[in-house]
Amino acid sequence: MTQYILRRVLIAIPTILVISFVIFAILALAPGDPLAQFALNPAIPESTRERIRASLGLDQPWPVRYVKWVSSVSRGDWGISFNTKAPVLDLVWQRLPQTLQVVGLAYLIAILLAIPIGIISAVKQYSFFDQIGTIFSFIGFSVPSFFTGLVLILLFAVNLKWFPIVYKTVDGSGWAGFGEQIRQMFLPVTVLVVQQTAALTRFMRSSMLDNLSLDYVRTARAKGLKDQTVVLRHVLSNSLIPVVTLVALGIPTIFAGAIVTENLFRVNGLGALLITSIQNSDTPVVMALTFIFAILTVIFNLIADIMYGLLDPRVRFS
Amino acid sequence: MSEANQAMDTPAKANLTTQAQQLTTGVAVKPRTLVGDAWRRFRKHRLAMAGVIILVFFTLAVSLGSVPYQSYLVGQLATSGMPVPQENPDLRVLIDHLDFLNLLVAPNSVHLLGTDDLGRDLLARSLYGGRVSLLVGLVAMLISIVLGTVIGAVAGFFGGTIDQVLMRITDLFLSLPAVPLILLTVYLFRDPVIKAMGSPEAGIFIIVVVVVGGLAWMQTARIVRATFLSLKEKEFVEAATCLGVGKVAIMFKHILPNALGPIIVAATLGVGNAIITESTLSFLGVGFPPDTPTWGRLVTDGSQYLSVAPWLALVPGALIFLTVLSINFLGDGLRDALDPRSRL
Repeated sequence: MTQYILRRVLIAIPTILVISFVIFAILALAPGDPLAQFALNPAIPESTRERIRASLGLDQPWPVRYVKWVSSVSRGDWGISFNTKAPVLDLVWQRLPQTLQVVGLAYLIAILLAIPIGIISAVKQYSFFDQIGTIFSFIGFSVPSFFTGLVLILLFAVNLKWFPIVYKTVDGSGWAGFGEQIRQMFLPVTVLVVQQTAALTRFMRSSMLDNLSLDYVRTARAKGLKDQTVVLRHVLSNSLIPVVTLVALGIPTIFAGAIVTENLFRVNGLGALLITSIQNSDTPVVMALTFIFAILTVIFNLIADIMYGLLDPRVRFS
Repeated sequence: MSEANQAMDTPAKANLTTQAQQLTTGVAVKPRTLVGDAWRRFRKHRLAMAGVIILVFFTLAVSLGSVPYQSYLVGQLATSGMPVPQENPDLRVLIDHLDFLNLLVAPNSVHLLGTDDLGRDLLARSLYGGRVSLLVGLVAMLISIVLGTVIGAVAGFFGGTIDQVLMRITDLFLSLPAVPLILLTVYLFRDPVIKAMGSPEAGIFIIVVVVVGGLAWMQTARIVRATFLSLKEKEFVEAATCLGVGKVAIMFKHILPNALGPIIVAATLGVGNAIITESTLSFLGVGFPPDTPTWGRLVTDGSQYLSVAPWLALVPGALIFLTVLSINFLGDGLRDALDPRSRL
């Protein structure tokens, strides 16, 4: 087992390196110039622009810049934002809490909803509940998240005025601040919950159905166990194995999904930072954020694989 | 005894023969085919059938349906709006026609779905946007399916080092953060592609389709590879090799049809995903240029008037949603219908 984990980690490191190289190459080969905004400014002559370029290290060929980037990132230095002149890592740390709050809460609620709905849908297959659940989950993964967001804004913010449209960084201390925080998180979290619950419910349901038709379930029933025990103890624990891995695999995608939600509700998180940085040609920030998304994907793929191995004794590590 | 028997037997025998003939001719006329079986199973999936009807309707509406609507709109505008200066304007002209007498009006008899802040007709714009969105979905899906099928087939058929290398690449693509990368590539490379293609619309179309399709082929590759791995040692492949059939023909004529079911399902769902991705790009302002009204773009523009003219954002949004929902139901129906293990 230890050997297996070690081998997977060793594969993950070159994967991350190759991905970072691909992203860096895309950014370096793109035609845009991060100093384009200075080119139109008469106060900055050509020689100064060249000096700025050299001070940012942009005068070197990009493979050299890539090697330098890797070595400085490995030392914990992610570079400096062209736009705000602040260290990239500081920007990321500033924005991370908002994203984590919204995304984390949404994912937690989605999991807590999806598991019981999936169980009931599978146990009472083709019942009224199951059919309603099926239709709702199809709706959930067919609706683009910006459309769910707009409908919710129209309904709850414009017409009913229950929740604010725009997310503000509020003073979260005290009960009033806490209430305000909950109120403004409600809509963005709901959008993400709708999207995530749909996929997880379908997966939970089909995983339960796969197990319900197996022989060990019949054996358990033949022993005279209560229906509740069979479903919740025997079937559920086995059905959760693939679901747990899917939950791990889904974490990077929900971060990516937050890009739309954050832009719609003006949540000042990582997704909003990515969009503004792309539009401002702020290469170091874009590079860092895309790379963080990539690392998240690789790490959670790894975690999913390892968890599958730990939970399912049939998986052999040879 | 024997005579009596014969006398009794003859009519009965004749009767039996005709019955048998009827039975055999009945069977001969209506052989059950693979496609026929699939269709019979598919028809039972009511939601999938509803999906097909909606998709056919949308496709007809954006292609043929725009013609009668164009002449209707021109006639209506001539009597109660700003008349169109051109004689026979096509849809591209009509979507930019400004009707200053009807700004931000709700759906009425002149503008069946209302107008935006510049008096542009929402239905005309939605029809045009539908063409773009559906085409993006279809072409992006074709790119990803062709890529996935070829990569999966080569990896599964040849095995060994080729398989190892191709599957490493597939794993690598699966670990790429798709949404940020699509955003980035489209934003950074759209200007040179637009220059190369000559028109902004064609340029953005090419880059969106290539990037979206180029990041969605991995699932298909895995399905195709698995089929090839399990089938390439089977007797029918050996027989084909003995008959002198070439490698390419064996791969694509003999083995590939066995994977057609899962490929078709993946293709269907791929169209829906591509449409959502494109509309998300447009919504974030990274997709098509502002004067091309794709469905996603219409939602973005309309979202500024959510309180005064909610239909501007809701109609195109609902069109995206209905299309993708229908596609997903269709995919679900096809999955059940094309699975040879499922019974009638």
